[in-house]
Amino acid sequence: MADNRHIDFVQRDRNWHPDPAAVGYRTTVLRHPKQALVSLQTPSASERTGPDFGAMALGAHDNDLLMNHRPGTAADGLPIGERIHVYGRVIDQFGAPVPNTLVEMWQANAGGRYRHKKDSYVAPLDPNFGGVGRTVTDPAGWYRFRTIRPGPYPWPNDPNAWRPAHIHVSVFGPSVATRLITQLYFEGDPLIPRCPIVNTIRDADAVETLTARLDMARSRAFDSLVYRFDIVTRGALQTWFENV
Amino acid sequence: MTRHDDYRQPRDPGDVFLPETPSQTAGPYVHIGLALDVAGLPERDHEIDNRLAEPEAEGEFIELAGVVLDGADQPVADILVEAWQADAHGAYVTDFAFDNVFNSFGRAAPGADDAGRWVFSTIKPGRVPYPGAIDMAPHINLALFARGINIHLQTRIYFDDEADDNADCPFLNKVPPHRRDTLIARRAGESDAGHPRYEIVIRLQGPEETVFFDY
Repeated sequence: MADNRHIDFVQRDRNWHPDPAAVGYRTTVLRHPKQALVSLQTPSASERTGPDFGAMALGAHDNDLLMNHRPGTAADGLPIGERIHVYGRVIDQFGAPVPNTLVEMWQANAGGRYRHKKDSYVAPLDPNFGGVGRTVTDPAGWYRFRTIRPGPYPWPNDPNAWRPAHIHVSVFGPSVATRLITQLYFEGDPLIPRCPIVNTIRDADAVETLTARLDMARSRAFDSLVYRFDIVTRGALQTWFENV
Repeated sequence: MTRHDDYRQPRDPGDVFLPETPSQTAGPYVHIGLALDVAGLPERDHEIDNRLAEPEAEGEFIELAGVVLDGADQPVADILVEAWQADAHGAYVTDFAFDNVFNSFGRAAPGADDAGRWVFSTIKPGRVPYPGAIDMAPHINLALFARGINIHLQTRIYFDDEADDNADCPFLNKVPPHRRDTLIARRAGESDAGHPRYEIVIRLQGPEETVFFDY
């Protein structure tokens, strides 16, 4: 039960987050507000609360992308690509675990092709790969997915722009104030520093926190490699006093 | 009542304090993950969708329909909108479950033929308490995610037929007066199911730019 009526969240550092108006990522130009955000000095239940997904019904393979897109034909098989696990912990800025929070992800296949009506990239779809997963963190904040490492793909920004391999990650935390969508990148990918979307983040240390690390200790011999990606949501503070 | 010793000390020197994970745009294919039918993917047994209220829910059934316009007045057709609202009594249903008759949370995204128009099927929320002041006017919190939006935009929708409550709302009164109208949905017509419909145009830029909040 997410009763956050007496919780304040540490202020969001909007200089650490990406620049909303980074012209290098061209679509931002017409899609960022030009007026200042209006700051709320007194958050209410409207901002302090949020959905708790501890009781949400999930399918058996919702977090297993090797198994959750089966065309249901004799051709059913496994997707082609690098078999990996992505796991990590959702914690807040004070290191407290964030349990029962919904972690969702989506991605392209091994060739960089998305299973989306609007993706017309020449790389083929994989009949055994959908590219969507979801799970709920356990009581200690841990989550895990099994998937195929996505491929990089071109996109119409610069004349020759390529996204690094990435997985889109969506997480809630305890409140709508902690809601976050981000992207996971892979350690060592040379496309990371060349990407206009990555470069909307001004601080190199912030980019580092979006880079999943190869975790050989947990990798499975003759099965799959493992990457670790921890997610930090805004720190929760109980309020000193309330005027109510 | 919060007691003094409930306060989690912010923090002794040396306590762990980590930066928040930085945001990134949800990108053009956000639907694969969060609105599967729009992507053309088969849906799972249960999806979080734009229907917050089942017929058994208490309250006045409404439809909230909107469009988000960019700085060139073009609809943002790949928008994903998340709603968070109180129930008819002004309380938040924080335990999300697919079999609830009302969930405070929902998601909407325009389909390929919808010209950027998105719709929520819900009930009109009740007034919600505000610390140290009178209750806030009925409202729905929205979060906007899309390609070109690096960190989601947070706004609120109020209702034009709640003019008295709106005028007294301690939250709305923090918004500069000339910008308040950008947050007010207009009651206009009925949904297919015969429920009142409210319409809102959210403008990301321009002279009537919608108010977005930091909280």
